[in-house]
Amino acid sequence: MSTTHHFKPSLPPPAMSVGAIGWLRANLFSSPFNTLLTLASIWLLWLTLPPVLNWALFDATWSGSSRSDCSAGGACWVFIQSRFSQFMYGFYPAELRWRVDLTVILAIIGAAPLFFRAMPKKWVYGVGYLLVYPWLAFWLLYGGPGLDVVETSQWGGLMLTLVIAVVGIAGAMPIGILLALGRRSEMPAIRVICVTFIEFWRGVPLITVLFMSSVMLPLFLPEQVSIDKLLRALIAVTLFEAAYIAEVVRGGLQAIPKGQYEAGRALGLGYWRLMGLVILPQALKLVIPGIVNTFIALFKDTSLVIIIGLFDLFNSIHQATVDPAWLGFSTEGYVFAAAVYWIFCFGMSRYSMHLERRLHTGHKR
Amino acid sequence: MHTPASSPPPRASMLNDPKVRGLVFQVLAIATVIAIGWYLFDNTQTNLAQRGITSGFDFLDRSAGFGILQALIPYTESDTYGRVFLVGLLNTLLVAVLGIVLATMIGFIVGIARLSPNWLISRLAAIYIEIFRNIPPLLQIFFWYFAVLRAMPPPRDSHAVGDAIFLNIRGLYLPSPSAADGFWAFVTALALAILACVVLARWAKARREATGQAFPLLAACIALLVVVPAAAIGLAGTPLHWSVPVLTGFNFRGGWVVIPELVALTVALSIYTAAFIAEIVRSGIQAVSHGQTEAARSLGLRPGPTLRLVILPQAMRVIIPPLTSQYLNLVKNSSLAAAIGYPDLVSVFAGTALNQTGQAIETIAITMSVYLAISLAISILMNIYNKRIALVER
Amino acid sequence: MKPVRTAALSILAATTLGLSSHASAGTTLDAVMKKGYVQCGVSDGLPGFSFTDAQGNYKGIDVDVCRAVAAAVFGDASKVRFTPLTAKERFTALQSGEVDVLSRNTTWTSSRDSGMGLHFAGVTYYDGQGFLVNKKLGVKSAKELDGAAVCIQAGTTTELNLADYFRSSGMKYTPITYDKSDETIVALEAGRCDVLTSDQSQLYAQRIKLANPEDYVVLPEVISKEPLGPLVRQGDDEWFNIVRWTLFALLNAEEAGISSANVEKEAASSTNPDVRRLLGADGDYGKDLKVSKDWVVNMVKQVGNYGEMFERNVGMGSELKIARGQNALWNAGGLQYAPPVR
Repeated sequence: MSTTHHFKPSLPPPAMSVGAIGWLRANLFSSPFNTLLTLASIWLLWLTLPPVLNWALFDATWSGSSRSDCSAGGACWVFIQSRFSQFMYGFYPAELRWRVDLTVILAIIGAAPLFFRAMPKKWVYGVGYLLVYPWLAFWLLYGGPGLDVVETSQWGGLMLTLVIAVVGIAGAMPIGILLALGRRSEMPAIRVICVTFIEFWRGVPLITVLFMSSVMLPLFLPEQVSIDKLLRALIAVTLFEAAYIAEVVRGGLQAIPKGQYEAGRALGLGYWRLMGLVILPQALKLVIPGIVNTFIALFKDTSLVIIIGLFDLFNSIHQATVDPAWLGFSTEGYVFAAAVYWIFCFGMSRYSMHLERRLHTGHKR
Repeated sequence: MHTPASSPPPRASMLNDPKVRGLVFQVLAIATVIAIGWYLFDNTQTNLAQRGITSGFDFLDRSAGFGILQALIPYTESDTYGRVFLVGLLNTLLVAVLGIVLATMIGFIVGIARLSPNWLISRLAAIYIEIFRNIPPLLQIFFWYFAVLRAMPPPRDSHAVGDAIFLNIRGLYLPSPSAADGFWAFVTALALAILACVVLARWAKARREATGQAFPLLAACIALLVVVPAAAIGLAGTPLHWSVPVLTGFNFRGGWVVIPELVALTVALSIYTAAFIAEIVRSGIQAVSHGQTEAARSLGLRPGPTLRLVILPQAMRVIIPPLTSQYLNLVKNSSLAAAIGYPDLVSVFAGTALNQTGQAIETIAITMSVYLAISLAISILMNIYNKRIALVER
Repeated sequence: MKPVRTAALSILAATTLGLSSHASAGTTLDAVMKKGYVQCGVSDGLPGFSFTDAQGNYKGIDVDVCRAVAAAVFGDASKVRFTPLTAKERFTALQSGEVDVLSRNTTWTSSRDSGMGLHFAGVTYYDGQGFLVNKKLGVKSAKELDGAAVCIQAGTTTELNLADYFRSSGMKYTPITYDKSDETIVALEAGRCDVLTSDQSQLYAQRIKLANPEDYVVLPEVISKEPLGPLVRQGDDEWFNIVRWTLFALLNAEEAGISSANVEKEAASSTNPDVRRLLGADGDYGKDLKVSKDWVVNMVKQVGNYGEMFERNVGMGSELKIARGQNALWNAGGLQYAPPVR
């Protein structure tokens, strides 16, 4: 005789463990200690958030033309508004600013195909772009045949920040890769030279490097040679970043299994072809997130050029805060500067994480 | 088919011998480096001579003649540039040490909070990390400095704790101690108490390993450290005289003062670096296999001890190397002090002293070597520590 | 391997070439003529002396000195480029050749004139160090400043004078040193220090940057001599003479009553032999200086004489409203005296 067992229908879960209440219980009030922490955090938020929001948004003044318009008690965004173009372009002549805009637009349009995964011959296109665009950008920004020359002393604001950051990273990449290869070279002399170079730049603060480039570089060179102040800063930033890039790339080189080297050798490839065709393409792909992180650090470091008197974004804002007509609005200035840097850095760090996830899948089994 | 023995391999040209090529290449590289170095050196020499610029390190013995806001060793205007260098170096080290300690504390707390099961806490930690690591440190230093300055009252309206501690825009004024009758008795008692603590700790560890019984070490040590020195004070009299700051004229005189520049710089650097340390701690903890947590919990350990005794010690192996580079970054970033007038090495030596003497090459060279030395020292210390805690594979 | 070796060789070759090139260093004037402009080091922002207006144009008395040099050399005052320098970088920038002339409210001292390889070409402004305090403190004299916190700019002679002054008066002080003069004024306003010390002219210039300039007062004491003037590198007398005589010519022009308004008329029709020599109507005194015959005409027409420069930038015609005082001509009770052109 067989009996059939009928399962009783499941009871609904207790009301306290599902839905909003369940979530709250699990995530905020799971233990007395957690409850205490939650309450303390809420109290902290209650203390800080309303005044900050009131200051930045609700009590702020958004339009006007002078400091007398700012009487609401909150932030005075009029200050930012009235100086906005200077924060973006520095003293770049107003009638020529289309050239800066065009440079940025061309950069975006030109680089866009590189971000599509399905793009055919991406590699060829990328190299071509890297070879052509810098000249075009230099011609547009500085001038030359057909365009009025705009001295670099007139460059400033966000534009200068971007120029320093982009030139810095672009210049640092090839040098950094060579240094990384040198550091892993089998020739002791090359290794020693590269290690010394890398450790020297990584051991000193950028501020002293910039200072050296600004006041000492001309003493190192023959008298007739005079290098533009911006160019000197760019050289300093490039050498400095190259050392950091070298360490990032070294990480990638170390991650490539020995079998790859041996296989390449067995095929009869010489050193440069082995590196260029087998090892580096794999290693560089591995370290793209690391390179983006280095770029973020570099982007933040560009604010140090204030020390040598270049008018980048931060210095432009800093200068504006001591303008007698707008004295006392330094908080607005710093908040704005912080927001701009934050947007760029946060955006890039998200992109780097996205890349990390995307590139990671290839190695997971 | 022929065997290798039957026909000797054709002699390759010298140029194709990898060993020879390597040697030639290295010699060339060394020659290039020497040539560039000599070129720069020669240019500099020529330029210096041509322009009549004094060179050499004699200036280190000359009297400096300017005042410095904060000096950890006695310093007056008539002291030498060599002493200025020391004062700046000590100020840099002070910020570095304070910053590293504070950043580590904040970083570990935030990093652990980031992984908290409490949704609100982990979100707040994430917001902290994302905000502070994406804003340039220089900006943060400026912000804190002016925030500190703006929040503080002038000296006459100081916030006071009793009649001994004062807080105003010029700094935090604390009573400063100097040795009195009972000083050595106190120091001896303290040393004895510390020694007793160490012995106790060893004994407690041995007992725990032998019997598994825990000993309330912390409470016992605190009791020892309070009772023994207190007894010494009772017997030998007060160990220290306190010099209390007093408002005379414009400012407070006497006592110790913590200047707002130091506070702003330390706070800014710690908060900035802590955001990176928190991420390092988070990934370090996540790198420890979850099985470890489960095993610890199934042994009956509560979450606190699980983290402290099981997870963190293992996570440290992953955490230490990137933590070292964050410490190095903090030391290097402390050179931003010049921006807010904190008298660090770059500010007083590579700044003021350089300008008063005009000897850029010497001062910058000295400054850079100091940072290199500090970097090397931290790397070496951390490597030693890293070796000690590294996993011992069987 | 091959391309690398070629690259290494070519670097080596380039270096060796470079090594042999520095023997033929030309003079500053040749270099200036070749590049077509004077590179002038100025302050990074000091109203009245050198600062940029909202359009990015440089203005101030130090800036005008550079314009005058350009007018003397090229006959065109606009052939000048400015490099803003902090107090820290200024000397190395000149020593290294980054700028041809440094005109940046810099005090003439013996050590700067000798050990640093620099030469002061003259004095554009006779100054002295003073103190700026908030009226609220009720301080009437610098002698009452015992125990004060003093804001000061790093790397200046003021830093040394301050120490000397307080030490010799038996007073104590706390120095609070900033890189930039702007930061000293912000700190004074915030109350970080009780008093700001700098050259008196700078104090007036900085005071207009305060939200309420009337609340602050410059104390009467002048604790030092601060002759400010343009500098050039040592060892190039030709260039040194041009800068020095540019200053003298500006003073001589004022003394002779030649201004930007009447210089062309005077050059054509003056009968005063001093004026005729100065303006190149008689003889060619520019030739030995290696400038054109009518160099003073160009200079005064485009920049004005010394008095015009003073009034426009720091005097009554400016926001600073500083009286001529010591900077009046010698025959008007001041110190400004120029040797004659003949």
